[in-house]
Amino acid sequence: MQAYWTLTRRELGAYFISLAGYVIIAVSVFQMGLSFVILLEKLRSESTLMPITELFYITPFFWCILLLSAPLITMRLFALEKYSGTFETLMTAPVGDLQVVLAKFTAALVFHMLMWLPLLGCVFVVQHYSSAPGVVDYGTIGSTFFGILLLGSLFMSLGAFASALTRSQIVAAVLALAFGLSLFFLGFLAEQVPNPQGGWMLDALNYIAMIDHMKDFSRGVVDTRHVVFYLTGTVFFLFLTYRVVESRRWK
Amino acid sequence: MTDSPMIEVSNLTKRYAGHAAISDISFTVARGEIVGLLGPNGAGKSTTMRILTCYMPATSGSARVSGLDVFHEADEVRRRIGYMPENNPLHPEMRVREYLKFRARLKGLSRPRSRDRVDTVMQQCGLTEVARKVIGHLSKGYKQRVGLADALVHEPELIILDEPTIGLDPNQIRSVRQLIKDLGKKHTVLISTHILPEVEMTCSRVLILRRGRILAADSPDNLQRSHGSQIVAEIAAPAEHIEALFDPIAEIQHVDLAPVDGEFFRCTITPRDGLDLRPQIFALVKESGWVLRELSRNRHSLEDIYMRVTRQEAEEEAL
Repeated sequence: MQAYWTLTRRELGAYFISLAGYVIIAVSVFQMGLSFVILLEKLRSESTLMPITELFYITPFFWCILLLSAPLITMRLFALEKYSGTFETLMTAPVGDLQVVLAKFTAALVFHMLMWLPLLGCVFVVQHYSSAPGVVDYGTIGSTFFGILLLGSLFMSLGAFASALTRSQIVAAVLALAFGLSLFFLGFLAEQVPNPQGGWMLDALNYIAMIDHMKDFSRGVVDTRHVVFYLTGTVFFLFLTYRVVESRRWK
Repeated sequence: MTDSPMIEVSNLTKRYAGHAAISDISFTVARGEIVGLLGPNGAGKSTTMRILTCYMPATSGSARVSGLDVFHEADEVRRRIGYMPENNPLHPEMRVREYLKFRARLKGLSRPRSRDRVDTVMQQCGLTEVARKVIGHLSKGYKQRVGLADALVHEPELIILDEPTIGLDPNQIRSVRQLIKDLGKKHTVLISTHILPEVEMTCSRVLILRRGRILAADSPDNLQRSHGSQIVAEIAAPAEHIEALFDPIAEIQHVDLAPVDGEFFRCTITPRDGLDLRPQIFALVKESGWVLRELSRNRHSLEDIYMRVTRQEAEEEAL
């Protein structure tokens, strides 16, 4: 357990010691700002019943930030250590493979959540300047962040897996992006499947449509099916990562 | 447990897709020894070390550290080993003290103990004045010391260093060697190198590896003895008299005579088993009343032995 916490702290610290962490945060804050401008424009021109979290979410920036930042966050996890050789000092210390995988995943996920924090600021700016009472609903903010957490853990575990596969950070990032994008776009396939013959295929595609999941979360709806989807996905990719890390033992 | 040898390797083989990095090697290292693994690049030194440090398993055979199996009791083994891999990988963005603290905690030391140990090893390795510097900005010599300090921080019984002096300047090499020698007083040390004087100076025993096999294993002194030494004497006397003089001595295997200036002959004497026959030779020459102007013994350096052993093997393979 001590090894897990020590490693998590170092991994998280590594984002902030180097420039990379700040650049990732700066770029995503910039994009959040852009979408915030669009959101304010909308609020000014017409009144709406949507909660502001959903207003924010339906701008394309949300997915832009999520899909692009995830590979950048996770690419260094294993690939950098394998490239620089520190993977050998790490794995010859008395630490379990699972501890290493979980610590790196935790650090990436915490960083991901820190990256999204400025969104809260945007929400409170709206609250501060709006005259209408109840503009900001804490429930929907909570469920939105819960959704971001779930999506984040899926993407972080997927990125960790990609990073464990290779020694090159670039390859790791491209792989993670490819995995992430294909998972994301699979959801759109549901519209392409003709309805009458759809059957189980349609159900399956609808089940993994992240756009719809996030729409629910941003409205304040926490659906257990979505929760189960993200949790199983995360566990699945973490398990794959663990097997890859462990694989040097039976190569 | 304490009377089991520090390292016990038997019939260890590691095969990578097709070729064997090490094949069927066996050796033991007793507690308190400094042992050098010597061999050209690709001889299997790093592979042997990686198996001992539980980084990867062997294809067959077994390795025990302090009586514990490296495969089945990997966690316990790793706790007992301090390892510095080849090229000494470090996290360049961290500060020296921060890095050592991280490594100490990772190796399971409690907070107060890790503080103590980090202070101690920084002192031991001469890192106190760079404690707050970023590792990436340090000179190579300092980086090497950080690697050593990391290997020592949890007070391991066994220290394994893969090419600890590679890429250092002569002064840094000397200080790192001194450090290794000092370590040998308290720990068992296994180092690998392809630099011969290093082994001669620091190790109590040498294993010469080539193509994944052990060609020779002994102390540098014994290796020198078994590979013979020669005695050179310059004597002023007729050649046949000199030959007659040395002929009856059973310890002498072979004598070469070469005329030098004047009456002097240069006798190159090869004694059996590398014995030192200088006193006998001096006594004999004195008895005969000849003039002796040089009497010396030249020992094969480890370098000669190494060249000879590895060349022999290559020739045998060629046949």
